[in-house]
Amino acid sequence: MSHLRIPVEHTILSNGLRVVVSPDRSAPIATVGVYYQIGFRLEPRGRSGFAHLFEHMMFQGSEHAGKMEHIRLINSSGGLLNGTTNFDVTNYFESVPSNALERVLWLEADRMRALKVDDDNLRNQRDVVKEEVRVNVLNKPYGGFPWLDLPPVAFRNWPNAHNFYGDFADLDAATLEDVRNFFHTYYAPNNAVLLILGDFEPAAAFDLARRYFEDIPAGPVPPRPDVSEPPQTEERRGVVDEKFGTLPAMAIGYQAPVRNTPDWYAATMLDRILHGGRAGRVYRRLVHEQQIAVDADGGINYNGGDAFDYNGPTQIVTRLFHKPEYTPEQTIAAYDEVIREAQEKGTTPEELDAVKVKFRADFYSNLEAGMGSYMPRFGLMHYLACFTLFDGDPDRINTVLDGFLAVTPAQVQAAAKKLLVPRNRAILIRRPVAKPAPAEPAAAAQEVAQ
Amino acid sequence: MSTAATNVRLSSVPPLGPESPVSWPLRTVRKLDNGLQVVLAEAREFPKINAQLFIRSGNASVARHTPGLADLAASVIRTGTASRSSRQIEEDLRRMGADLSTSAGADTSAISISGLSEFSDGLFELVADLARNASFPAEDFERERRHKLESLRVERTNPSFLASERFRRVLFGDHPYAVIAPTEEQLAGYTREQLVEFYEHQFSPSNALLILVGDFSSAAILGQIERHFGAWKEHEPHPVVSLAPPHLTGRAVHLVHLPGTVQTQIIAGNMAITRRNPDWHRLSLANSIYGGAFHSRLVINIREQKGYTYSPRSGVTTLRQHGFFAVSAAVRNDVVAASLAEIFYEMDRMRALPVSPEELESARNYMSGVFSLGVATQDGLLGQFSAVYLDRLPDDYLETYRQKIRALTAEDVLQAARKYIDSANSQIVVVGDRDQIAAQAALFAPVETYDAQGQKL
Repeated sequence: MSHLRIPVEHTILSNGLRVVVSPDRSAPIATVGVYYQIGFRLEPRGRSGFAHLFEHMMFQGSEHAGKMEHIRLINSSGGLLNGTTNFDVTNYFESVPSNALERVLWLEADRMRALKVDDDNLRNQRDVVKEEVRVNVLNKPYGGFPWLDLPPVAFRNWPNAHNFYGDFADLDAATLEDVRNFFHTYYAPNNAVLLILGDFEPAAAFDLARRYFEDIPAGPVPPRPDVSEPPQTEERRGVVDEKFGTLPAMAIGYQAPVRNTPDWYAATMLDRILHGGRAGRVYRRLVHEQQIAVDADGGINYNGGDAFDYNGPTQIVTRLFHKPEYTPEQTIAAYDEVIREAQEKGTTPEELDAVKVKFRADFYSNLEAGMGSYMPRFGLMHYLACFTLFDGDPDRINTVLDGFLAVTPAQVQAAAKKLLVPRNRAILIRRPVAKPAPAEPAAAAQEVAQ
Repeated sequence: MSTAATNVRLSSVPPLGPESPVSWPLRTVRKLDNGLQVVLAEAREFPKINAQLFIRSGNASVARHTPGLADLAASVIRTGTASRSSRQIEEDLRRMGADLSTSAGADTSAISISGLSEFSDGLFELVADLARNASFPAEDFERERRHKLESLRVERTNPSFLASERFRRVLFGDHPYAVIAPTEEQLAGYTREQLVEFYEHQFSPSNALLILVGDFSSAAILGQIERHFGAWKEHEPHPVVSLAPPHLTGRAVHLVHLPGTVQTQIIAGNMAITRRNPDWHRLSLANSIYGGAFHSRLVINIREQKGYTYSPRSGVTTLRQHGFFAVSAAVRNDVVAASLAEIFYEMDRMRALPVSPEELESARNYMSGVFSLGVATQDGLLGQFSAVYLDRLPDDYLETYRQKIRALTAEDVLQAARKYIDSANSQIVVVGDRDQIAAQAALFAPVETYDAQGQKL
């Protein structure tokens, strides 16, 4: 088995900004990210969608780089940039030829130091965000399924259960004052980590980080809201109309363990046994063998990312699209058989070993690329950020696999018995309003009913 | 540090350092005795391999009578071979840490695999098994055909799919590139025997290209490839003759009516060129200035200034025989006319006035830099090599790309825009609710209206 060792160096500047550097001399490029500890889950109550709207505002201008200047300076340096809002973090990142590294750091420091936006910018980005919501959610088949419609069914605490993209009324209510307050509350250097990856000497990268970031004043550390969920006592269900698509769909989510606990390692392997591609049990049984579902996938923290990038309540989710001739209840009954088998018979050493090989391979693929290959080392940057912000230890990148590779079949079975129980789950059904497609002969439907 | 020095440090944009050369991986190109072309490139930072076996026949080769048949064949190929069941294939993949996909585009069918390099021999053995011994089990065929039928039904409710489908119909007329998906009736009528016939005809080593990028030594890996692909028997597939696409003059609007939609999907564009054309770099640069980058004129105009849309973009799609230029945007219903007006205004500006020296320099930097990002991952490298070898581009295409981009002038951009960003003859597709958008679209050209199944209304 080949072992990969990622070089990682890190420090904390006097203003509290964490800086993580990972040199890689294989290509003349650099990938830079700034991760702030603010996301959907942490945005102020009654301000749904604000964390994401604010992410757009970070591209609207800062003290020495006005509107479109960030984008122009990165593109005209030969680089790509983007930002994303997640449950627990909001990130901003650039991949550039290595000769533009200093320029990127200057730009990120400028907007961390002093955002400079006006009402026109806010009105403009509010319109853009509404079109984003329309194109991604309201005007396409299965938009927002299940990441926007499962959490309100699964969770009871507002941080985990509200509309993360934002109700249009809330977006309309946002003011420039809100934008400024949000910036001062959450975008302080001591609430962030700076990641610098690529073709340079680590000492030079640290020097640049100090040069541009160290005199940005620290802010009061924002209070972390209570994101915990009250104990769940029974299965939760919800139904949402599907306005476009013709196939009935459902998402089944079980509350996932807290990261870094023994249950987390076992549940992650269990998740891969159930959902790991077409060899996974859910796909094999429901799609290939019983042919009830047309497609099936899933994962731990499926709505937010993967096993590594959550820092609060999340779920192990299965997502199913099934044939119209089967009812949701028949589909759930067939799914429950797969779950029952995992609880009663557990796994075999061969199956678990195969899952571990695949998990390791996927981990390496994520480190190398991620983001559809257009940002080299995006995944490495992302994991380093999460390990730094959530665990205070970026070096975990080189050891985190060990815990998964040590999981035993008995631990997998115990996790199935403990976690995959009805009172720990929520089911969201997406019901097509369009006329269903003509059914196949009724004989097929009777198999599950037995 | 003095205040003055601090101000300079904070207020001036740091200059770019000198551009570094791209370091090219060790590349080996071989032709096996049976005609299989093999390209190997060593990229050893991560212990993985990415490989793709291309067959130079895809949906275009069957489009006249059985559109989408290559796509269905690709789905069934992974479900069984003479010696492996569908379940065995999936479990073998997992055991080797591998992801597999089988697919067909217009011009190629492909088997793609990515897995741990320690299992390279087993990965190639599996790919060769699928390419040589696929058995098309009857039950798997029926299941995959049903899946395609269900996803086709869903696709025909999706505005972006419907826009692409109509646009290709309009642009390509009787040419096989006109059809990107079958009708439900066609798909329901396809038989296992038709798939087998396509496979036996087209999956031949002399019609194939194997590209591998990853953590291996080329000498060792060549031995594995010889062993698994060397005995693959060759035969010559029949060439397919295509009818020419229509010569379209004047603008026309093609409206696909989807009642109740809260946004309108726009595509507008025209026939252009393929990557083999000497104007390719010029057009690529012109496109990046028009709408091919975040900092492009169209994005600044209709997103950042006017807020009409979230994700406007333009691009040049290059297929084997033809290429086309297209701009797309999903806009709110009340600004369809306003968006089209800006789309054409920006096209006309590209055609009327030379770009400024700053805009030119910025765009050349962008194209050159993004190219170097694109070859910094195994998958990115594989994509670049596949363009070179599938399109039979010059051997030094990649190595000279950045210097060719750097040599382009404002006059090159202007000439490319005038030739290939054909505002006056642009074909316009809008997908949305006709009650809300037909009158707006009619301001630009006569409107033909269709339903989601392609029937004229």
